[in-house]
Amino acid sequence: MIAVDNLHKHFGGFHAVDGASLEIGTGSITGLIGPNGAGKTTLFNVIAGRLQPTSGRVTMAGEDITGLAPHQLFHKGLLRTFQIAHEFGSMTVRENLMMVPAAQSGETLWNAWFRRGAVAAEERRLRDKADEVLEFLTISHLADQRAANISGGQKKLLELGRTMMVDAKIVFLDEVGAGVNRTLLNTIGDAIIRLNQERGYTFCVIEHDMDFIARLCNPVICMAEGKVLAQGTVDEVKNDERVIEAYLGTGLKNKVVGHA
Amino acid sequence: MLNALVAFLNFVFVPGLAYGAQLALGALGVTLIYGILRFSNFAHGDTMAFGTMVTILATWGLQSLGISGGVLPTALIALPFGILVTALFVLGTDRLVYRFYRKQKAAPTILVIVSLGVMFVMNGLVRFIIGVEEQAFADGGRFLITAGDFKAWTGLKEGLAIRTTQGITVVTAVIVVVALFWFLGKTRTGKSMRAFSDNEDLALLSGINPERVVQVTWIIAAALATIAGVLYGLDKSFKAFTYFQLLLPIFAAAIVGGLGSPLGAIAGGFVIAFSEVTVTYAWKKVVTYLVPADMAPDGLLQLMSTDYKFAVSFAILIIVLLFMPTGLFKGKSV
Ligand SMILES: Nc1ncnc2c1ncn2[C@@H]1O[C@H](COP(=O)(O)OP(=O)(O)OP(=O)(O)O)[C@@H](O)[C@H]1O
Ligand SMILES: [Mg+2]
Repeated sequence: MIAVDNLHKHFGGFHAVDGASLEIGTGSITGLIGPNGAGKTTLFNVIAGRLQPTSGRVTMAGEDITGLAPHQLFHKGLLRTFQIAHEFGSMTVRENLMMVPAAQSGETLWNAWFRRGAVAAEERRLRDKADEVLEFLTISHLADQRAANISGGQKKLLELGRTMMVDAKIVFLDEVGAGVNRTLLNTIGDAIIRLNQERGYTFCVIEHDMDFIARLCNPVICMAEGKVLAQGTVDEVKNDERVIEAYLGTGLKNKVVGHA
Repeated sequence: MLNALVAFLNFVFVPGLAYGAQLALGALGVTLIYGILRFSNFAHGDTMAFGTMVTILATWGLQSLGISGGVLPTALIALPFGILVTALFVLGTDRLVYRFYRKQKAAPTILVIVSLGVMFVMNGLVRFIIGVEEQAFADGGRFLITAGDFKAWTGLKEGLAIRTTQGITVVTAVIVVVALFWFLGKTRTGKSMRAFSDNEDLALLSGINPERVVQVTWIIAAALATIAGVLYGLDKSFKAFTYFQLLLPIFAAAIVGGLGSPLGAIAGGFVIAFSEVTVTYAWKKVVTYLVPADMAPDGLLQLMSTDYKFAVSFAILIIVLLFMPTGLFKGKSV
């Protein structure tokens, strides 16, 4: 689905992503782990068009998508969530979700005036869809709250909710689980698996919670200092010498690693 | 007593209301640009001048063809043409100038300086085309109510005059504001604009095309500027330099209301306008009606001469920013 080829992203003299190459297979839930500052988020930012790479190439199903703008990638079915949740603060939670599907019949002024029926029907459909997503995420009761006022964990759920509003091909999740309680974390895990199996979403998931990674992801990629350190099944990566040294630490081989 | 009220309405309230509406429309344009493009557009005053100039030229054209608006000013018929040309001009400027800096992700301060450059160019252009002299272009009926009529109806000593242009200003402003809020609140494009102003990163991720949002914003800003400029010009008169000076009260209004907040821009417009009018009005007349004859004031009771009216905007601006750094309606902090 996605192939990253020798990608570099430098901030001044600092190499946040330093020649990373990796592949995300169609239909997979690929895990991306690594210590704080490994360059995981930066890698997402470059793939998702928020940052321009210093050099290197990103392709999606063989097509070069390097440097495309986020809204162009959106229309190709590539979505992502932010590590630090973003929201339209002045809108309600439901309106936040309803903002997502950009190409609709209400898009032109002409329609807004002269095809009110069609626009209204579209709005209703969107609204139902948004309510469905909110129910799925167990935050229906927040629908009419201003998004700026909900809790950090709830914002994380809203982030995930956005990706469920359209038919995405690939979704990049940047620590959706951070700051979310255990029960909800399991719900999110279930949601990811269901979206993957029933709707064919491909996922790439950054997480520090190794239980979560172990439950969901195959393969797992470990990054450190801007480079790909190891790649394989969870067990292979967990037992890789270099990964233990750089990330998991000795004696923690099979233990959960705390959150960042 | 009633006489005092009428004098107040006539000299303070009605002019303040009309001026406030004009400032509010101007400030709305500034605040929208700030919300979406994230810089203070110093060229806005000259965009108003440009739009007004085009409208004046079109008005003259219509008049020479023998077309007139009857009791209403002919300029109202010419207005859509003025808006169209201004919108095209502003879109052209965006294409040629601002887009380049947007691509570079230039800092807001750089964009402000760029807009200063655009301001000088527009400034020169307007003076070159229409000259620096004063142009009066209001025609049609002069008054909705004349002071004489009012006195005859009510039997009061003090008259209330409402000029046609003041009436038109208020009615037009109401229509424009209602349309704008409908657009921002109800249409998909309007919502995209709000989303973009709220959180640009997220808006892009939601598939919103930034260039489109920017274009729509410029078109709306051009329309608001032209309407505000034409209303001001009809009410007072057109002079390129005056429009340049309007920049201060307009920015004061937008900042006092909270930059980026449309509602704030409207509130700010009226706050500034009424302060300016109250502070520079000679209250002698009103007070004379209110107090016994032997206590009538000798002086004019004018807090400041009208020459200092811009100082008022400035003072209000500083007072509000000291106590509410984000303005009355919680805009983005500056
Ligand atoms: N815009 C930027 N300017 C300068 N340095 C940056 C920028 N963004 C990231 N960095 C640096 O790049 C490095 C990688 O950051 P990144 O956010 O990608 O790490 P990460 O792997 O996501 O870490 P975490 O697990 O803590 O989220 C960090 O050292 C960070 O300071
Ligand atoms: Mg990160």
